[in-house]
Amino acid sequence: MRRNTVDRIGDPSLRALAGLASAVAVAVILLLAYKVFDGSGSAFSRFGLGFVTAKVWNPVTNQFGAASFVYGTLITSAIAMLFAAPLSIAIALYLTELAPRRIRRPVATLIDLLAAIPSVIVGLWGILVMVPFMVNQIEPALHSVLGWIPLFGGSPSPLGLLPAAAVLTIMTVPIVSAITREVFETVPGDLKEAAYALGATRWEMTRMVILPIARPGIVGATILGLGRALGEAIAVTMVIGGAVAIKASLFQPGDTLASRIASQFQNASGTVYISSLFYLAAILLVISLIVNIGARLLVRRGVPAQVMN
Amino acid sequence: MSATTESPSPRLLGASPRRKRVNRMMELLSSLAAGLAVAVLVIVVGSVLIKGVSALNLSFLTETPAPFGVAGGGIANSIVGTFLLVVIASAIAVPVGLLIGIHASEFARPRTSNAVKFALDILSGVPTIVTGIFIFGLLVAGHQQSGYDGSVALAIIMLPIVARSAQEVLQLVPNSLREAAVALGIARWRMVLRVVLPTAAGGLITGAVLGVARVAGETAPLLLTSSIASNAVSWNPGQALSSIPVTIFTLSESANPADHARGWAAALVLIVGVLALSVFARSLHERSRRRLRG
Repeated sequence: MRRNTVDRIGDPSLRALAGLASAVAVAVILLLAYKVFDGSGSAFSRFGLGFVTAKVWNPVTNQFGAASFVYGTLITSAIAMLFAAPLSIAIALYLTELAPRRIRRPVATLIDLLAAIPSVIVGLWGILVMVPFMVNQIEPALHSVLGWIPLFGGSPSPLGLLPAAAVLTIMTVPIVSAITREVFETVPGDLKEAAYALGATRWEMTRMVILPIARPGIVGATILGLGRALGEAIAVTMVIGGAVAIKASLFQPGDTLASRIASQFQNASGTVYISSLFYLAAILLVISLIVNIGARLLVRRGVPAQVMN
Repeated sequence: MSATTESPSPRLLGASPRRKRVNRMMELLSSLAAGLAVAVLVIVVGSVLIKGVSALNLSFLTETPAPFGVAGGGIANSIVGTFLLVVIASAIAVPVGLLIGIHASEFARPRTSNAVKFALDILSGVPTIVTGIFIFGLLVAGHQQSGYDGSVALAIIMLPIVARSAQEVLQLVPNSLREAAVALGIARWRMVLRVVLPTAAGGLITGAVLGVARVAGETAPLLLTSSIASNAVSWNPGQALSSIPVTIFTLSESANPADHARGWAAALVLIVGVLALSVFARSLHERSRRRLRG
C-alpha cells in the first residue's frame, strides 16, 4: 500500500524533474543571448551598428569600435583553418587507411589527448617556447623568401597574428581530425574495394571515392573547428600582442574579439567601456552561432554526436 | 564499419611509375601529418614536464604564493579553489545533465528531445568567454565576484558535455530491460533508477569525468567571475576563489623568469590532473561500450 503511494508521487515527480531540466537547458541559451545583447545596450545606443566598422578603441575618450578585432578574429581563424583542414584530412587518412592496425588506436588516442590540453597551457607554451622559436627562425625565413607578399612584410616581432594562428591550429587539429576520421569510417567498404578492383592506387581510391563521399562531412568538421578558433580567448590573448590595428603583416600584433574581452575586462570601468565589451561578445556570439549551426547541419549525416562535443 | 579497417592493400600491378610515385608521396605526406600532430603533443607535454618538474616540490603544493620579490611559495590556494569550483560546478551540471538524458530516453517525444539536443549543441558552441560575460552580467555586476559565480559559469560549459553523453548512453540501454522491469510490475521511476541508470553507469560516469576534465582547465570564464582573489587558502565559495588556470595566466603575463618557472610548475599540476581524468574517462568509455554493445 505504502509503496503504491510513493509510486503515485514518484512517477510524475521524475517526469516533471526531467522535463524541468530540459527546459533549463533551453532557458539558459535564451537567457544568455538576452543578457549579452542587453548588456551591449548602452554601447549600441551610443555607437549603433557603426561600432562594427569603427577602428578605434580608446577608453580615455570613451570611443570604441570592433573593426580591428573582427579583422583579427577572421584572419587568425582563417589561417588556422588553412593549415588545420589539410592536416586533419591527412591525419584521418593515415588513421583509417594507412596505419598498421596495432598503432591506429594509440595514435588516435594521442591526438585526442592533444584536444584535452587546457588552452591556458597551450598559451603558456606558445609564449615561452613557440614564440621565441618563431621570431628567431620561422618569421625571418618567411620574410626573406615571401617578404614581397604584404602578409609576410614588415619586420618579425614576438607577439602577433601569426603566433595566434599557430596556437589556434594546434588547438583545432584534434577536433577537426576526429570528426573527419568518423566521416571517413562511414565510407562503404565495397566502394573502396570496387576502386581497387579497377586498378586504382590507394591515393586514386582516396581521391575518387573517399573524398567525394566525405566532402560535406569534411567541410562541416572544418567549420566546426573554425567555430572553436573564433571563440578561443586565453591562448590567443597570450600570444597576439593586444594591439588595436589592422595591418597586412602577420608578424604585427593585433587582437581578436574573444581575446580583447579577456584582456580588458578586469580593467574596464564605466558603463560605456563595459557595455562595449558586451557588444564585442554579442558580435562574437552571432558569428559563432551562425558558424556552429551551419557546421552541424553539414556534419549531421552519419556522425555520432559525442564526437562533436 | 569493420569493412573499412579490412581494406586491402593494393598491389598496383598495372599502375604506371608516375601513378605509383604520386601514391607513395601522398601516403608519405599523410603519415607525416599524423607524426606532426603526435610530435606537437609530445613537445607541448614534454616542455611542461621538463620545465615544470624543476620548479615543482612539495611546498609548491602546500604553500600559498610568496609576497612580491620573495622566492619560494606555492599554489595551495589555487588548488583548493579549482577543487571547490569544479565540485560545485559538477554538483549543478551532473544532476541536471542526467535528468536531461532521462527526459530524452524515457519521457520526451522525439520532436521535443531533438529540440533540446539542438539547444545543447548551440550551448556547446558558445565561446566560453561569452559564457563568462553572461554570468558577469547575470550574477557579478553590481556585486563582488564569487566562487559560486565562477562555478555557475563552469556548470554551463559542462552541461552540454554531460547531457549529450547521457542522452547517447541512455538510448543504448536495451528496451527489453525496460520492458522486463515494467512487466514485473515495477513503477517507472523505480525502473529508471534501478535498471536504466545502473546499466548505463559506466557511460554516464565517462560523460561526467570528461566534463570535469574540460572545465578544470577553463580560464576565460573565471577571469570575469572569480579571479580577484586573495592569496590565502579559502574554502568559502562566497568570495572569489583563485584557480590554477587563472594563476598560470597571471604568471605568464609577468616579466619575471621566476614567475614563469612557477607558471610551468602550475601547468604541470594542471596537465597531470586533466590528462589523468581524460585517460580514465577513455578507458571507462571503452569498457562500458563493450558491455552495452555486447
